[in-house]
Amino acid sequence: MRLIEQIGKWLDRRLQLGEPIREIAEHSVPRRSASWWYVFGSAALTVFALQIVTGIMLSLIYVPSASEAWNSLQFLNHGVALGWFIRALHGWGSNFMVAIVLIHMAQVFLFGAYKFPRELTWLIGLFLLLMTLGMAFSGQVLRFDQDAYWGLGIGASIASRTPIVGAALVKLILGGPIIGGATLSRFFALHVFVIPGMLIAFVSLHLFLVLKVGINEWPMPGRIVRKETYVRQYEELLKKDGVPFVPYGIWKDLIFSAIILLALALFAFFFGPFGPTGVPDPTIIQTVPKPDYFFLWIYALLALLPPSLETPALLIGPVVAIAALALLPFVAGEGEKHWRRRPIAVLSVILIALTLGMFTHLAGFSPWSPKMDAWSGEPTPDNFLHGRTALERKGAAVFQEKQCRNCHSLAGKGGQRGPTLDSVATRLTRDQLIRQVLQGGGNMPAYGKNLSPAETTALVSFLTILRPPGAPPAYDPSRVNNATNTTESSSGKH
Amino acid sequence: MATRTQNTNPPTTTPAQNTISRRSVLMKLGILLNGLIAIVLTIPIIRYLFSAVTRERKNGYLSWISLGSITQFPEGETRLATFRNPDVTPTDGQTADTSCWVRHVSGDQFQVFAINCAHLGCPVRWFSQSGLFMCPCHGGVYYEDGSRAAGPPERGLFTYPCKVENGLVQIQAGELPTPGSPSARNLERKYPCA
Repeated sequence: MRLIEQIGKWLDRRLQLGEPIREIAEHSVPRRSASWWYVFGSAALTVFALQIVTGIMLSLIYVPSASEAWNSLQFLNHGVALGWFIRALHGWGSNFMVAIVLIHMAQVFLFGAYKFPRELTWLIGLFLLLMTLGMAFSGQVLRFDQDAYWGLGIGASIASRTPIVGAALVKLILGGPIIGGATLSRFFALHVFVIPGMLIAFVSLHLFLVLKVGINEWPMPGRIVRKETYVRQYEELLKKDGVPFVPYGIWKDLIFSAIILLALALFAFFFGPFGPTGVPDPTIIQTVPKPDYFFLWIYALLALLPPSLETPALLIGPVVAIAALALLPFVAGEGEKHWRRRPIAVLSVILIALTLGMFTHLAGFSPWSPKMDAWSGEPTPDNFLHGRTALERKGAAVFQEKQCRNCHSLAGKGGQRGPTLDSVATRLTRDQLIRQVLQGGGNMPAYGKNLSPAETTALVSFLTILRPPGAPPAYDPSRVNNATNTTESSSGKH
Repeated sequence: MATRTQNTNPPTTTPAQNTISRRSVLMKLGILLNGLIAIVLTIPIIRYLFSAVTRERKNGYLSWISLGSITQFPEGETRLATFRNPDVTPTDGQTADTSCWVRHVSGDQFQVFAINCAHLGCPVRWFSQSGLFMCPCHGGVYYEDGSRAAGPPERGLFTYPCKVENGLVQIQAGELPTPGSPSARNLERKYPCA
């Protein structure tokens, strides 16, 4: 014990770090800021530290080469003791980190912490969020599988839409004319050297500012931030009701970080590592590429935007979003901090969260994509086959064979790209069905060239029976007599 | 040098003003030298960084590649063909292999489509029964001649320039087809290349 003390004293005489560390640890924070709401920043830091450790562990085995990366990931999963667990920790760590950073940001926003004099802290925080997302994307590329390969293709396609420099930008990102060895190597450099270096530097600056300017006080309705008076008021608050950060604040940070780490370890243990999915071989085209969880909303957005808006939205949207977040503390640097007095702020957070959540949810089952194997995999519902004529049954076969099912569902099975056809006969008459099938329209391809007259007749006679029992078929008011005849003849079957 | 000057001229023995002005000139000289060297070194670094872009201007990435004998592609059908990118680096592995859709229209007439959807580059699949290409990502659909049928793409499939020589189907390829690449500009040719 005495020896340790002596070594400590010896070191401190030379390093002289004891005093500044004590000052940092015991710096005064407002009593109410030592709160459970203020633990997300430190939790993000903890997960970041874990990411560095597990990242270094992975780099002991991982090979950043397009020809070897996938095999080295398989080796990590199956050939190295607990390699799968380190991969799982790193992968789930990435998800946790993005989630915690977003929660941290929302909390800081709702507590008005971005206001004077903490504008720069917010700006650096925004930069750190972008870097975190950059880590998430580049990490997904390093997991060099089919999703990574086609994800890069999507990134390149987006970049290529930039006016004038698009084609050059693609080559700069890919490191060559195609997605290959150079592409993986440069994303490796980004993921392992460039972005982590910037993260470490800017996290330090972020923390330095939190110490220098002081942690945000607990917002109170009616306590208005004014540039002239704020600093004095904050100092008075510290004098009147300040407590040393250690131990008043830090115990909550420590306990929350421990809970997060435990949760992360449990997720990693029970859910395992992410992929890799199939080999990154571009000649294997039976694949449905999807981005990682936190980019799913973009995937959905790209399917749902009107085509003409897509390029402007892709190129201008991020600039506007980042500019809005960056300008926030300068536009709203003063005034109320409490969320109850800032209804638009609260509504914005709710709206953004709901929008992102809804897009993410939709991307989970991507109703806009044809279901590639529905035509050969999903059976025709019994009630549309039993007691039907030979022509109608032939039509049912044509319906499957021509991949109609890939976009149109029957009895809830099949694609959701086009409308479900369980009751199409109540909406379209025979003539309208023929027109729609042959000429397409309303985002449906025209099948005129690929259906013989016999197939068309069969298909349409099948489509005219697609209605619930008892529901009347659609009819053309200008030919009421005809329609009545059809009703009688088809209702006779039920 | 600077250290020695400091040793021989202790600040106490010389007029402070002179020393400061001479030292500040030397310091500025040092900054200037470093600045010049930095600029000189930046040029090769930028040249290196942009080599993938600048190389294109010199040699280009495109060259003619054979997809195989004309007999491999029955008339009236669309078949998947694979080829190895003409420009390969040592670590490319399987990523240098690429697929494309070859449509043998009739006789010597062919159309060769990129596998990449014109929307965002996902691999499109051919459905011969309905005569459509469908994309699994965002629902782009194309007709058998590559023109847009439905979904988010604003245009038809990318097509490679192609020709038939000595009974071999050849295409000019070498770049990932994106809206900015050469194969994207070829689409405007409506007629199949012979």
